[in-house]
Amino acid sequence: MSQTLHAEWTKLRTLPGTGWLLLAAAALTIAVSAAVDAASTCGPAGCVADPAKLSLTGVQVGQAVVAIIAVLAISGEYSTGMIRVTLTAMPRRWSVLGAKATLVGGLVLAAGTLAVLGSVLAGRLILPGRGFSLAHGYPPLSLGDGPVLRAACGSVLYLALIALLALGLGTAVRDSAVAIGLVLGLLYLFPIVASVVGNQHWQRHLEQIGPMNAGLYVQATEALNTLPLTPWQGLGVTAAWACGALLIGGLVLRLKDA
Amino acid sequence: MTAITPYRSTTQDARDGFGQLLHAEWTKFRTVRGWVVGMIVAVLITAGIGIFVAAGGASQSCQSVGEGSASGAGCGSGPALTLGPGGEPVTDNFYFVRQPLAGNGSITVRVTSLTSLLPPAGQVFGATPDRPGLVPWSKAGIIIKSSLSPGSAYAAMMATGGNGVRMQWNYTGDAPGLPGAVSAASPRWLRLTRDGDTITGYDSANGTSWSVIGVVRLAGLPSTVQAGLFTASPILAPKAVNVAGVSQGGGGSTASSAVFDHLSRTGAWPARTWADGYTEGDQAAEAQGIGEYRQAAGRITVTGQGDIAPALPQGEPGLSEVTVAAYLIGTFVGLIAVAVVATMFMTAEYRRGLIRTTLAASPRRGRVLAAKALVVGAAAFAAGTLGALGAVLLGTGLAHSRGAQVFPEPWPTELRMIVGTGALVAVVAVLTLAVAVIVRRSVAAVTIVFTAIVVPYFLSAILILPAGLADLLLRITPAAAFAVQQATPQYPQVQAYYAPVSGFYPLAPWAGLAVLCGWTLAALGGAVYLLRRRDA
Repeated sequence: MSQTLHAEWTKLRTLPGTGWLLLAAAALTIAVSAAVDAASTCGPAGCVADPAKLSLTGVQVGQAVVAIIAVLAISGEYSTGMIRVTLTAMPRRWSVLGAKATLVGGLVLAAGTLAVLGSVLAGRLILPGRGFSLAHGYPPLSLGDGPVLRAACGSVLYLALIALLALGLGTAVRDSAVAIGLVLGLLYLFPIVASVVGNQHWQRHLEQIGPMNAGLYVQATEALNTLPLTPWQGLGVTAAWACGALLIGGLVLRLKDA
Repeated sequence: MTAITPYRSTTQDARDGFGQLLHAEWTKFRTVRGWVVGMIVAVLITAGIGIFVAAGGASQSCQSVGEGSASGAGCGSGPALTLGPGGEPVTDNFYFVRQPLAGNGSITVRVTSLTSLLPPAGQVFGATPDRPGLVPWSKAGIIIKSSLSPGSAYAAMMATGGNGVRMQWNYTGDAPGLPGAVSAASPRWLRLTRDGDTITGYDSANGTSWSVIGVVRLAGLPSTVQAGLFTASPILAPKAVNVAGVSQGGGGSTASSAVFDHLSRTGAWPARTWADGYTEGDQAAEAQGIGEYRQAAGRITVTGQGDIAPALPQGEPGLSEVTVAAYLIGTFVGLIAVAVVATMFMTAEYRRGLIRTTLAASPRRGRVLAAKALVVGAAAFAAGTLGALGAVLLGTGLAHSRGAQVFPEPWPTELRMIVGTGALVAVVAVLTLAVAVIVRRSVAAVTIVFTAIVVPYFLSAILILPAGLADLLLRITPAAAFAVQQATPQYPQVQAYYAPVSGFYPLAPWAGLAVLCGWTLAALGGAVYLLRRRDA
């Protein structure tokens, strides 16, 4: 296994795009979060936002870059034919996928930590100036605060799970364009459809099963009792999607000719 | 010395016109099974999600009828929407003090006061208004209406709470007159004259010098019409919506009261006395004791609620009346499928090395790109239009068959939404093609286009971003093009919560599409430049 890990690490490390994409994911997340912080206001009419969730909005955009990294880790091999060399050298296909998942997940955890810390810092610096101050009952964002810490750690884990979901789907469909389209469609389908479905039972179910909207409940720090799922249950839904995608990807890799 | 004749092939030169190039690109497109399947998937998903939304809305309507009203109304027999002369839904319920007017004639009156009451601060829905305040579109004045039936044609001159004197007709027509508020110190004189089908509205500050505000032709106006004084006071819309989608900031019903004098009439008014009441016999308002007509010493006071204006889908999320736009929500998934195909249409050339053959056969690279753009754009237009058509027709059909109400739109609006969706999908396909030429990588191209169009749309219209930022995103990003799917127009004369979350875009439909076209042209320019400069 360590040989497999080492081989995959060398491939991933020496691709010119990987490092830049990881940096881009973090930078984009922080930039979008900061822009949303700066555009929010908390006036005398009352605040209409959850500051922790607000300052982590960038995760919704950063996840697209994370998905690219994960999809490229596998579809790049198919587009160049490298996959045949890989599987000749390491015939145990589950191990190959396992090694890829470990490395991609680990790299995204690192980039995600950077992204989330930057976003929380931006929120801490910007939000008090926009009215989310002690005067309105909002202490500055702090990781010492239990729910905020949970939102931050959960967001990092969420990004890693999205990477695994994308890796699984990429392994299953092999083509990079189709894979990224599938991942992005899957993420955004549930919340967008839920927003217009009038039936409240359907709406609630759509909100519970979508990999993106359920997973992002982990960012909520206010009005938790109004959520369709608890924050960790929500992240569990995303984890289930990631496991399912990896399982399908693994089966396709195992059963289908490369 | 003999002249050497160079060899000339006896084969005739093939034509190398643009038509040939188009044919070549079309052949490439249609012979890759995956791409054709991708386009079909786009159609099926767009229509399928529309049907899903219709299915998910129908039973809710039954439920809310069952739970909300104890009247025992069956599933789907909710209150019918009133349609105006133009086919658009309207509100036509106001306090009307009227007499029949036979043939031509006129009515003149002076308004000396218009005051309003706002809903109580605690914002209990349905509470009796009790706080004096300003209702910008409270209306008091004179009206000539073809009949008392809801949605019938009319023309009116009125003073308003915050928008000066207006002439309004047939619900959507609106023209400004004298600005400023009405008071005893600065009264407003209003006059309407009927001559055949034509109604002319005048206003005056002193009752001697009159100016024409509008001349309106009401087709098919009967010879005897209802004319008189009226007061309307529309519901105040909430000012914001919070994270949970709940309205904030004081919405609720209002009441207004106007004082008239110097009433004079010409023409034949066969009835001797004035009849008064709400045009729809509004029991709720009358139960609250709002709505009355008093006359003393030449002064007439008319108090009322309601409105005579175009109707909008209710802004309360969860309780909203479904517009056709909801059935088009699947467009964004169709867009992803089309973007994937458009990307591969270009990147496959690079991956397989086919680009070298393509450019050897047709060295004018700009024309190659133009042919590709035309082929993929036309295919995407067909896919988008078919998908939207399926979503609207099947969605509306399913909703009606399950007894749910769909907020009706005039047919030109529906046509614009369907064809506009096709245009949106087509332009996005061309944009994706251009981006794919620039970046040459499938993943990057798909993600860039997705981030440019679906993410801003999602952040502004679905997730509730601060209103200023949402507005900006839907003005400058390619997502502005989703404005072609706006169902109900924004009426300046109706105060409502006009925000992307409630289905109102900051740009006009075709202006929004123009923003996307601008981005696409810029990307195409960059693509042509790079395609010419770079080695294939």
